[in-house]
Amino acid sequence: MNFAAADYWIMTLLLILIVASLAMYFIKDLLHAIIVYGAYSLTMALIWLQMNTPDLAITEAAAGICMTVFMMIVIFRTSRKEE
Amino acid sequence: MRDFILKQVASIILPFVCIYGFYVILHGAVSPGGSFAGGIIVGLSFIAFSTVYGIEKCRAKLPEKALVWTESFGTLWYGIMGMAGIIKGAPFLANKLAGIDVGVPGKLISGGLISFIGIGVGIRVASTIITLFFTMMEEEL
Amino acid sequence: MKVRNLLILIIAVLAAYGMLLAVAELPPYGMPDNPIHNSVSERYINEALEETGALNMVTSIVLDYRAYDTMFETIVLFTAALAVVITLKTSAREGKG
Repeated sequence: MNFAAADYWIMTLLLILIVASLAMYFIKDLLHAIIVYGAYSLTMALIWLQMNTPDLAITEAAAGICMTVFMMIVIFRTSRKEE
Repeated sequence: MRDFILKQVASIILPFVCIYGFYVILHGAVSPGGSFAGGIIVGLSFIAFSTVYGIEKCRAKLPEKALVWTESFGTLWYGIMGMAGIIKGAPFLANKLAGIDVGVPGKLISGGLISFIGIGVGIRVASTIITLFFTMMEEEL
Repeated sequence: MKVRNLLILIIAVLAAYGMLLAVAELPPYGMPDNPIHNSVSERYINEALEETGALNMVTSIVLDYRAYDTMFETIVLFTAALAVVITLKTSAREGKG
Protein backbone atom coordinates (compact mmCIF):
# COMPACT_ATOMS: atom_id res chain seq x y z
CA MET A 1 0.00 0.00 0.00
CA ASN A 2 1.42 3.38 -0.94
CA PHE A 3 -0.31 6.49 0.33
CA ALA A 4 -0.26 10.04 -0.98
CA ALA A 5 0.12 13.03 1.32
CA ALA A 6 -3.64 13.64 1.30
CA ASP A 7 -4.26 10.14 2.65
CA TYR A 8 -2.15 10.79 5.75
CA TRP A 9 -4.05 14.06 6.26
CA ILE A 10 -7.38 12.21 6.11
CA MET A 11 -6.04 9.53 8.48
CA THR A 12 -5.05 12.18 11.01
CA LEU A 13 -8.49 13.77 10.77
CA LEU A 14 -10.18 10.39 11.21
CA LEU A 15 -8.04 9.74 14.30
CA ILE A 16 -9.19 13.09 15.76
CA LEU A 17 -12.76 12.06 14.91
CA ILE A 18 -12.44 8.78 16.83
CA VAL A 19 -10.86 10.52 19.82
CA ALA A 20 -13.56 13.21 19.87
CA SER A 21 -16.42 10.72 19.67
CA LEU A 22 -14.91 8.62 22.47
CA ALA A 23 -14.34 11.75 24.55
CA MET A 24 -17.99 12.71 24.20
CA TYR A 25 -18.89 9.41 25.88
CA PHE A 26 -16.44 9.76 28.77
CA ILE A 27 -16.87 13.48 29.59
CA LYS A 28 -19.33 13.92 32.43
CA ASP A 29 -19.90 17.70 32.13
CA LEU A 30 -22.63 18.28 29.54
CA LEU A 31 -21.39 21.71 28.39
CA HIS A 32 -17.91 20.34 27.74
CA ALA A 33 -19.42 17.44 25.80
CA ILE A 34 -21.34 19.92 23.61
CA ILE A 35 -18.11 21.81 22.89
CA VAL A 36 -16.36 18.56 21.96
CA TYR A 37 -19.29 17.82 19.66
CA GLY A 38 -18.55 21.11 17.90
CA ALA A 39 -14.94 20.02 17.42
CA TYR A 40 -16.18 16.69 16.06
CA SER A 41 -18.36 18.49 13.50
CA LEU A 42 -15.50 20.77 12.47
CA THR A 43 -13.29 17.74 11.82
CA MET A 44 -16.09 16.10 9.87
CA ALA A 45 -16.47 19.24 7.72
CA LEU A 46 -12.72 19.20 7.01
CA ILE A 47 -12.97 15.55 5.95
CA TRP A 48 -15.82 16.34 3.57
CA LEU A 49 -13.76 19.18 2.11
CA GLN A 50 -10.78 16.85 1.73
CA MET A 51 -12.99 14.35 -0.13
CA ASN A 52 -14.02 17.01 -2.70
CA THR A 53 -17.61 17.48 -1.54
CA PRO A 54 -17.95 21.19 -0.66
CA ASP A 55 -21.75 20.88 -0.56
CA LEU A 56 -21.65 18.55 2.39
CA ALA A 57 -18.89 20.61 4.01
CA ILE A 58 -21.02 23.77 3.96
CA THR A 59 -24.05 21.92 5.29
CA GLU A 60 -22.02 20.23 8.01
CA ALA A 61 -20.45 23.54 9.02
CA ALA A 62 -23.83 25.28 9.21
CA ALA A 63 -25.95 22.52 10.70
CA GLY A 64 -23.43 20.56 12.72
CA ILE A 65 -21.23 23.25 14.18
CA CYS A 66 -23.65 26.14 14.63
CA MET A 67 -27.23 24.91 14.75
CA THR A 68 -26.87 21.72 16.76
CA VAL A 69 -24.54 23.34 19.29
CA PHE A 70 -26.91 26.32 19.66
CA MET A 71 -29.93 24.07 20.19
CA MET A 72 -28.09 21.80 22.61
CA ILE A 73 -26.91 24.76 24.69
CA VAL A 74 -30.47 26.10 24.85
CA ILE A 75 -31.74 22.69 26.01
CA PHE A 76 -28.84 22.44 28.48
CA ARG A 77 -29.70 25.79 30.06
CA THR A 78 -33.40 24.90 30.16
CA SER A 79 -32.83 21.58 31.89
CA ARG A 80 -30.37 23.15 34.33
CA LYS A 81 -32.90 25.75 35.51
CA GLU A 82 -35.44 23.08 36.31
CA GLU A 83 -33.07 21.21 38.60
CA MET B 1 -23.03 38.16 29.00
CA ARG B 2 -24.70 40.88 26.95
CA ASP B 3 -21.83 43.35 26.98
CA PHE B 4 -20.83 46.25 24.76
CA ILE B 5 -18.16 44.58 22.59
CA LEU B 6 -20.38 41.62 21.78
CA LYS B 7 -23.21 43.92 20.70
CA GLN B 8 -20.99 46.08 18.49
CA VAL B 9 -19.32 43.10 16.79
CA ALA B 10 -22.67 41.41 16.26
CA SER B 11 -24.17 44.53 14.72
CA ILE B 12 -21.33 44.59 12.17
CA ILE B 13 -21.12 40.87 11.36
CA LEU B 14 -24.71 39.63 11.46
CA PRO B 15 -26.08 41.55 8.41
CA PHE B 16 -23.31 40.05 6.30
CA VAL B 17 -24.09 36.57 7.64
CA CYS B 18 -27.73 37.02 6.62
CA ILE B 19 -26.75 38.30 3.17
CA TYR B 20 -24.33 35.38 2.75
CA GLY B 21 -27.17 32.98 3.52
CA PHE B 22 -29.32 34.51 0.80
CA TYR B 23 -26.31 34.37 -1.54
CA VAL B 24 -25.94 30.64 -0.91
CA ILE B 25 -29.67 30.11 -1.50
CA LEU B 26 -29.79 32.12 -4.74
CA HIS B 27 -26.59 30.58 -6.14
CA GLY B 28 -27.69 27.04 -5.34
CA ALA B 29 -27.83 26.11 -9.03
CA VAL B 30 -24.41 27.58 -9.85
CA SER B 31 -22.02 27.06 -6.94
CA PRO B 32 -21.73 24.61 -4.04
CA GLY B 33 -24.24 25.14 -1.32
CA GLY B 34 -27.93 24.87 -1.90
CA SER B 35 -31.18 25.79 -0.30
CA PHE B 36 -30.85 23.72 2.88
CA ALA B 37 -27.43 25.07 3.87
CA GLY B 38 -28.39 28.63 2.91
CA GLY B 39 -31.62 28.46 4.87
CA ILE B 40 -29.75 27.27 7.93
CA ILE B 41 -27.29 30.19 7.62
CA VAL B 42 -30.13 32.73 7.33
CA GLY B 43 -31.83 31.21 10.36
CA LEU B 44 -28.60 31.22 12.33
CA SER B 45 -28.12 34.94 11.78
CA PHE B 46 -31.47 35.62 13.43
CA ILE B 47 -30.74 33.12 16.20
CA ALA B 48 -27.42 34.81 16.96
CA PHE B 49 -29.17 38.21 16.93
CA SER B 50 -31.70 37.00 19.49
CA THR B 51 -29.01 35.53 21.74
CA VAL B 52 -26.98 38.75 21.72
CA TYR B 53 -29.73 41.38 21.87
CA GLY B 54 -32.43 39.47 23.70
CA ILE B 55 -35.40 37.64 22.31
CA GLU B 56 -37.84 40.57 22.52
CA LYS B 57 -35.90 42.66 19.99
CA CYS B 58 -35.82 39.76 17.55
CA ARG B 59 -39.56 39.26 18.12
CA ALA B 60 -40.09 42.91 17.18
CA LYS B 61 -38.21 42.38 13.92
CA LEU B 62 -39.81 39.03 13.12
CA PRO B 63 -43.45 38.99 14.22
CA GLU B 64 -45.12 35.69 14.98
CA LYS B 65 -47.47 36.13 12.04
CA ALA B 66 -44.63 36.29 9.50
CA LEU B 67 -43.03 33.15 10.93
CA VAL B 68 -46.30 31.21 10.85
CA TRP B 69 -46.97 32.45 7.33
CA THR B 70 -43.63 31.39 5.87
CA GLU B 71 -43.76 28.17 7.85
CA SER B 72 -47.11 27.19 6.41
CA PHE B 73 -46.84 28.47 2.86
CA GLY B 74 -43.31 27.27 2.11
CA THR B 75 -44.47 23.78 1.26
CA LEU B 76 -47.47 25.14 -0.61
CA TRP B 77 -45.09 27.27 -2.72
CA TYR B 78 -43.33 24.04 -3.67
CA GLY B 79 -46.63 22.55 -4.79
CA ILE B 80 -47.62 25.66 -6.76
CA MET B 81 -44.27 25.60 -8.57
CA GLY B 82 -44.85 21.93 -9.35
CA MET B 83 -48.25 22.78 -10.84
CA ALA B 84 -46.44 24.65 -13.63
CA GLY B 85 -45.69 21.27 -15.17
CA ILE B 86 -49.31 20.16 -15.06
CA ILE B 87 -50.52 23.39 -16.69
CA LYS B 88 -48.12 22.83 -19.59
CA GLY B 89 -49.31 19.22 -19.95
CA ALA B 90 -46.31 17.46 -18.42
CA PRO B 91 -45.91 15.47 -15.17
CA PHE B 92 -45.94 17.14 -11.75
CA LEU B 93 -42.69 19.01 -10.97
CA ALA B 94 -41.42 18.62 -14.54
CA ASN B 95 -38.72 21.11 -15.45
CA LYS B 96 -37.39 20.94 -19.01
CA LEU B 97 -40.04 18.42 -20.01
CA ALA B 98 -42.68 21.11 -19.47
CA GLY B 99 -40.95 23.47 -21.88
CA ILE B 100 -39.58 25.83 -19.22
CA ASP B 101 -36.52 27.74 -20.41
CA VAL B 102 -33.53 26.41 -18.47
CA GLY B 103 -31.33 29.36 -19.39
CA VAL B 104 -27.58 29.53 -19.87
CA PRO B 105 -25.62 27.33 -17.42
CA GLY B 106 -23.54 29.51 -15.12
CA LYS B 107 -25.90 32.50 -15.06
CA LEU B 108 -27.72 33.39 -11.84
CA ILE B 109 -31.18 32.70 -13.24
CA SER B 110 -30.63 29.27 -14.73
CA GLY B 111 -32.06 25.85 -14.19
CA GLY B 112 -35.68 26.82 -14.77
CA LEU B 113 -37.74 25.79 -11.76
CA ILE B 114 -34.69 24.95 -9.62
CA SER B 115 -34.02 28.55 -8.56
CA PHE B 116 -37.65 29.25 -7.68
CA ILE B 117 -38.09 26.02 -5.71
CA GLY B 118 -34.78 26.67 -3.96
CA ILE B 119 -35.89 30.09 -2.69
CA GLY B 120 -39.04 28.55 -1.20
CA VAL B 121 -37.18 25.68 0.47
CA GLY B 122 -34.50 28.02 1.86
CA ILE B 123 -36.94 30.45 3.46
CA ARG B 124 -38.89 27.50 4.84
CA VAL B 125 -35.85 25.93 6.49
CA ALA B 126 -34.90 29.31 8.00
CA SER B 127 -38.36 29.84 9.46
CA THR B 128 -38.42 26.29 10.86
CA ILE B 129 -35.14 26.81 12.72
CA ILE B 130 -36.22 30.21 14.09
CA THR B 131 -39.55 28.79 15.22
CA LEU B 132 -37.87 25.88 17.02
CA PHE B 133 -35.40 28.20 18.72
CA PHE B 134 -38.04 30.71 19.84
CA THR B 135 -40.26 27.97 21.18
CA MET B 136 -37.41 26.48 23.21
CA MET B 137 -36.21 29.87 24.49
CA GLU B 138 -39.67 30.90 25.62
CA GLU B 139 -40.10 27.59 27.37
CA GLU B 140 -37.11 28.58 29.49
CA LEU B 141 -38.88 31.61 30.99
CA MET C 1 -24.25 -11.82 37.11
CA LYS C 2 -20.90 -13.14 35.89
CA VAL C 3 -22.59 -15.54 33.45
CA ARG C 4 -24.76 -12.74 32.11
CA ASN C 5 -21.75 -10.49 31.50
CA LEU C 6 -19.96 -13.32 29.71
CA LEU C 7 -23.02 -13.92 27.52
CA ILE C 8 -23.21 -10.22 26.65
CA LEU C 9 -19.50 -10.23 25.76
CA ILE C 10 -19.93 -13.24 23.47
CA ILE C 11 -22.93 -11.68 21.72
CA ALA C 12 -21.09 -8.37 21.25
CA VAL C 13 -18.02 -10.08 19.81
CA LEU C 14 -20.18 -12.12 17.43
CA ALA C 15 -22.01 -8.99 16.27
CA ALA C 16 -18.72 -7.16 15.71
CA TYR C 17 -17.40 -10.18 13.77
CA GLY C 18 -20.46 -10.17 11.52
CA MET C 19 -20.13 -6.45 10.85
CA LEU C 20 -16.42 -6.80 10.04
CA LEU C 21 -17.25 -9.64 7.62
CA ALA C 22 -19.82 -7.40 5.92
CA VAL C 23 -17.28 -4.57 5.64
CA ALA C 24 -14.68 -6.94 4.18
CA GLU C 25 -17.17 -7.87 1.45
CA LEU C 26 -17.47 -4.24 0.29
CA PRO C 27 -15.74 -3.26 -2.97
CA PRO C 28 -12.60 -1.11 -2.63
CA TYR C 29 -13.14 2.62 -2.15
CA GLY C 30 -13.13 4.84 -5.22
CA MET C 31 -12.58 2.20 -7.90
CA PRO C 32 -14.21 2.94 -11.28
CA ASP C 33 -15.69 -0.57 -11.71
CA ASN C 34 -17.67 -0.55 -8.46
CA PRO C 35 -21.33 -1.60 -8.72
CA ILE C 36 -22.56 1.89 -7.78
CA HIS C 37 -21.19 3.30 -11.03
CA ASN C 38 -24.04 1.98 -13.15
CA SER C 39 -26.17 3.51 -15.89
CA VAL C 40 -28.06 5.82 -13.48
CA SER C 41 -25.00 7.74 -12.32
CA GLU C 42 -23.64 7.75 -15.87
CA ARG C 43 -26.85 9.40 -17.08
CA TYR C 44 -26.64 12.02 -14.33
CA ILE C 45 -22.99 12.82 -15.00
CA ASN C 46 -23.37 13.07 -18.75
CA GLU C 47 -26.73 14.76 -19.19
CA ALA C 48 -27.59 16.66 -15.99
CA LEU C 49 -26.16 19.90 -17.38
CA GLU C 50 -28.22 19.73 -20.58
CA GLU C 51 -31.42 18.53 -18.96
CA THR C 52 -31.60 20.93 -16.04
CA GLY C 53 -29.27 23.82 -16.89
CA ALA C 54 -27.76 23.84 -13.39
CA LEU C 55 -23.99 23.75 -13.01
CA ASN C 56 -24.18 22.26 -9.53
CA MET C 57 -25.06 18.62 -10.09
CA VAL C 58 -26.08 18.00 -6.49
CA THR C 59 -28.72 20.72 -6.69
CA SER C 60 -29.94 19.44 -10.04
CA ILE C 61 -30.46 15.98 -8.54
CA VAL C 62 -32.00 17.19 -5.27
CA LEU C 63 -34.38 19.75 -6.78
CA ASP C 64 -35.09 18.24 -10.20
CA TYR C 65 -34.57 14.49 -10.55
CA ARG C 66 -35.51 13.80 -6.93
CA ALA C 67 -37.98 16.66 -6.52
CA TYR C 68 -40.63 14.51 -4.85
CA ASP C 69 -38.10 13.46 -2.22
CA THR C 70 -37.27 17.07 -1.37
CA MET C 71 -40.95 18.02 -1.31
CA PHE C 72 -41.77 15.42 1.33
CA GLU C 73 -38.59 16.35 3.16
CA THR C 74 -39.99 19.85 3.59
CA ILE C 75 -43.24 18.30 4.81
CA VAL C 76 -41.22 16.31 7.37
CA LEU C 77 -39.60 19.57 8.53
CA PHE C 78 -43.04 21.18 8.83
CA THR C 79 -44.32 18.22 10.87
CA ALA C 80 -41.30 18.34 13.19
CA ALA C 81 -41.71 22.07 13.86
CA LEU C 82 -45.45 21.57 14.40
CA ALA C 83 -44.86 18.78 16.91
CA VAL C 84 -42.34 20.83 18.90
CA VAL C 85 -44.60 23.89 18.97
CA ILE C 86 -47.67 21.88 20.01
CA THR C 87 -45.82 20.01 22.76
CA LEU C 88 -43.93 22.92 24.30
CA LYS C 89 -46.61 25.63 24.00
CA THR C 90 -49.38 23.58 25.58
CA SER C 91 -47.17 22.35 28.43
CA ALA C 92 -46.11 25.94 29.19
CA ARG C 93 -49.72 27.08 29.33
CA GLU C 94 -50.67 24.24 31.68
CA GLY C 95 -47.69 24.99 33.93
CA LYS C 96 -48.64 28.65 34.27
CA GLY C 97 -52.23 27.75 35.06
